[in-house]
Amino acid sequence: MANQLEPAMWSGMLAIIKRDIVIAFRQRGDMVNPLFFFIMVIALFPLGMGPEPGTLQKIAPGVIWIAALLSTLLSVDSLFRQDFDDGALELTLMSPQPLFVLAFGKVLAHWLVTALPLICVAPVLGVMMFMDVNTIKVTLYSLLLGTPVLSMISAIGAALTVGLHKGGVLVAVIALPLYIPVLIFGTSAVEAAAMGHPFAGQLAYLAAFLILAFTFAPFAIATGLRISVNG
Amino acid sequence: MEFDSFQAFMQMGKHGAFVWSAYGITLVVILGNLIAIRRRKKNVIETIQRKIKREQAGL
Amino acid sequence: MFQALKRLYHKLGSPKYFYEMTGKMLPWLIAATVLLLVPGLIYGLAFAPPERYQGDSYRIIYIHVPAASIAMGGYIMMAVAGVVVLVWRMKMAEMVARCLAPIGASFTFICLVTGSIWGKPTWGTWWVWDARLTSMLVLLFLYIGVMALNSAINNAQSAARATAVLSIVGAVNLPIIKYSVNWWNTLHQPASIKMTSSAIDPEMLFTLLSCIGGFYCLFAVLLINSTRCEVLQREQRSNWVKKTVGAV
Repeated sequence: MANQLEPAMWSGMLAIIKRDIVIAFRQRGDMVNPLFFFIMVIALFPLGMGPEPGTLQKIAPGVIWIAALLSTLLSVDSLFRQDFDDGALELTLMSPQPLFVLAFGKVLAHWLVTALPLICVAPVLGVMMFMDVNTIKVTLYSLLLGTPVLSMISAIGAALTVGLHKGGVLVAVIALPLYIPVLIFGTSAVEAAAMGHPFAGQLAYLAAFLILAFTFAPFAIATGLRISVNG
Repeated sequence: MEFDSFQAFMQMGKHGAFVWSAYGITLVVILGNLIAIRRRKKNVIETIQRKIKREQAGL
Repeated sequence: MFQALKRLYHKLGSPKYFYEMTGKMLPWLIAATVLLLVPGLIYGLAFAPPERYQGDSYRIIYIHVPAASIAMGGYIMMAVAGVVVLVWRMKMAEMVARCLAPIGASFTFICLVTGSIWGKPTWGTWWVWDARLTSMLVLLFLYIGVMALNSAINNAQSAARATAVLSIVGAVNLPIIKYSVNWWNTLHQPASIKMTSSAIDPEMLFTLLSCIGGFYCLFAVLLINSTRCEVLQREQRSNWVKKTVGAV
């Protein structure tokens, strides 16, 4: 039986998840802005490329995925910066739980708060881009599997740059090449579904990326945080 | 020698522009690297020499 | 034998030893570069037989293939140096990793440009989103990310450690990216594109090998020169640097 006085690993992670969600709800902006960005970017495409259903249907998988990718990228600044500025990050670094567990918790909370709304809104946007029901279903699956990976990768970039004042685009330059495998298999799954082809393979690849990211990214994030905070 | 004349060598069987521009760009990039490194080294050495002079003057 | 190698490895960790040893080694390395590269390129340009389908434009291969090899090898070198930086905190590794990035990126750029120029007479377009060129492009982006992170952090040691993490993450992702891009390419472009004819002429092969060797030596010359400069800069306060520079 675990010693009651020792702080347990899971309770530490749950505590940090709860804390981050509560803070996010207190500052709705960080939660809602990525969502608005997602909606508006997708809306730009019909405006830029013409409203013809044929074109929109063809570009829909790529557009939805790239919009989700860019929203994740934009939202990641709020992951560590505020904690870094007010010193909470240093306290987190000093806590007895292993840092990679806490890092995992933070990214998970961040995903719940920024990416999950995106996924909920995606069907509506899918309809607006003339996707049929089955395709929308597969879009949801692919986003559910893929956005946590995107969050993990962005978190690595954010952890490495949190101490810098010019963060912003630097995280994009770091993270975008690493997004490419997820983007390729995510859009391919949706396209395959749109054409009636089997898509399980692509989803399986996304699931594999998910497991890889969950296993290894927290260590990179933790190392990055230590480097950024301790110099 | 695969080419009959220098003219033919330059032409490269009507692909001359491509081949020579490719080789040319490579040369430019590599020379650029060399020059950048040399300039950096010169700057570093000048900075250190100035520091040495300042220290010696201070003594 | 193993003990001698271990001692050499430890000695190489000292910037002073590195500087002195490379000072002696550099003339030989430059000679090797010239000996391998100049005949290789001349032979490739003038003496190797023209390719059956592509004519003379294929001669770009003597730059494109070595550059591609160095581009990939350079990134892996950077990642390995990154591991040494994070695990053993070796200063020499920090300096080598920092200098690798721009040189590797240059070779990636050369590979992309020569590949694109080769594509125009061969396939009719300046750019082709085929698997190899696209993954080279992604490799260039990875290099740019490392260089951007390096220049954004002021403290040399923090910068080295942060870029070490990034290059390791990038290196781990490289096979995944290459596989994904290959897969994506087969999906959208069923016809496969061959770079050269099926059987490679032994004359072409030897010339190619000579060029690959020559370019690797050139890469080593550039890297060592750059690292020596970095050593001087980071060790400016030490006595041996002051003596070496003051004597110049």
